[in-house]
Amino acid sequence: MITKPIHTRLMYLALFIAALLLPLYVPDDYIFQIVIMSVLYAIATSAMNLIIGFTGQASLAHGAFFGIGAYGVAILTKAGISFWVALPVSALIAALVGVLVGIPALRTRGHYFAIVTLCFGVIMWILAGNWIELTGGHNGIFGIPQPTPVRLPWLGEIEFFSQTAQYYLALGFLLLTLFGLHRLIFSVFGLTFMAIRNNEPLADAVGINTFTTKLIAFVSANFIAALAGGLYASMIGAVSPSAASHMLTFNFLIFVILGGIATLSGAVIGAFAIPIIMEFLQFLGDYRMLFFGALLVVVIIFFPQGLVGGLRRLNQRIAVWRQNKVSE
Amino acid sequence: MLKLNQVHTAIGGLQIIQNVSLEIGKGEFVALLGSNGAGKTTLFRTIAGVLKPHAGSVTFEGVPIDRLPVHKIVERGLVLCPQGRQLFPELSVQKNLLLGAYPIRGEKKRIQKNLDRVYALFPILRERINQKAGTFSGGEQQMLAIGRALMSEPKMLLLDEPSVGLAPLIVKLIADVISNINQEMDTTVFLSEQNANMALNITQRGYVLESGRCVLDGDCQHLKTDEKVRKAYIGA
Repeated sequence: MITKPIHTRLMYLALFIAALLLPLYVPDDYIFQIVIMSVLYAIATSAMNLIIGFTGQASLAHGAFFGIGAYGVAILTKAGISFWVALPVSALIAALVGVLVGIPALRTRGHYFAIVTLCFGVIMWILAGNWIELTGGHNGIFGIPQPTPVRLPWLGEIEFFSQTAQYYLALGFLLLTLFGLHRLIFSVFGLTFMAIRNNEPLADAVGINTFTTKLIAFVSANFIAALAGGLYASMIGAVSPSAASHMLTFNFLIFVILGGIATLSGAVIGAFAIPIIMEFLQFLGDYRMLFFGALLVVVIIFFPQGLVGGLRRLNQRIAVWRQNKVSE
Repeated sequence: MLKLNQVHTAIGGLQIIQNVSLEIGKGEFVALLGSNGAGKTTLFRTIAGVLKPHAGSVTFEGVPIDRLPVHKIVERGLVLCPQGRQLFPELSVQKNLLLGAYPIRGEKKRIQKNLDRVYALFPILRERINQKAGTFSGGEQQMLAIGRALMSEPKMLLLDEPSVGLAPLIVKLIADVISNINQEMDTTVFLSEQNANMALNITQRGYVLESGRCVLDGDCQHLKTDEKVRKAYIGA
């Protein structure tokens, strides 16, 4: 196993501390809200990276599962059920739907899998907009209660009404997600995901049950996406069909690709950097998309591994340069 | 150990393997000869369970395996090393080998023992533990592919054209290693080859496949002197 160089570890530590102290230096509530959303998107994007990046199956239904989590929490908490019950229940519903969709969909490969999952995503979006009794149609659901306070031993009661508290809640979930994904991806089982992405027929020949492995990756990704969706609904206080739309899927996809596909940090970097860049480009109006399209093309051609891949290449160059300098 | 009884396999409605019956005993080293398109790969894929025969049966150690999924067959100790040096190109040598040990995952000691064994067979792999498999030369890739197939200690190994596209010197090395696997590790080996010369020199007996039918079989001495084999595969 290659251990990470010390400066990378220091960088992660610095990032962690910066994230913990963020409420102290964030300029205003508006930016703070964007950061909180970025944390939630980072959770969903990391999960998407598991199925698309690591397992190599282009699932375009991710937004739909985010939506199932969001609507699940909205409907259940409005019915009086505690947020802390509604959140795992919604995520489990998403996982179950993931199994039901995954079993037929994962029999297709490559582009076909992308098309099948995209269709499911669009269907869920239409459903969210038209099943008025359940979802409130295009108006969505308003007045979703915020996460209820929890009573912890020693710490007393913790409330989640302030932005700061919600930020820490979301950050906690993000760290938990990253920890879980890290453990998974660097295990023997995680290796099988990458084996399937690399060479599926060979993975089969080596003795990996490729179908079950793909299904597990798909369902885990959907479960985590739904958790992010549930947190989103509760923190925003409202959901509309846009929280379950394929546009959301494509946003996650852009985060993954620009940040660095199949890298744990890439998904997080993408989910933070892009909404913030978008904010700075607000003055361009809809022409922002033009800029983004061009950026996406450039990244795919020159940095197929995204920002993280670019940084890694830079790191290697520095290492080579240093070695040459030492040998001179 | 392995027994095929009147196996027929079709791909996309096209009959590729027709009425093939063969039997391989424990510890044997058997060649499967045939030209391009004779059906060698299809036959191997049928035995390994990647393709399902539409008639006939395949039994391994007395158990019918022709309806089992591939990973169940691998768990029984019948491993296919597919044609064309199949690897996980973006993964390191070490990870490629560890994936080969997937059927015995969790048995750390056994995996370490097998890893050492593969590195002893192919010392070059040890030097390149962390290199990505996709950056290897053809010969190194084939060594890694064979090494990976050995990682789960198969009882029987199906080697599909390991010599294809390799330099003569490398073919010699690979041939030596395969003989070694058969003799010293007590692994039954079924070797498919177009290079009949090489195959007949190291194996004990062979089957000749032509247009999906088994047209000839016998021990190597006999096959080497057979007029048809000489004309078609040895070119002398």
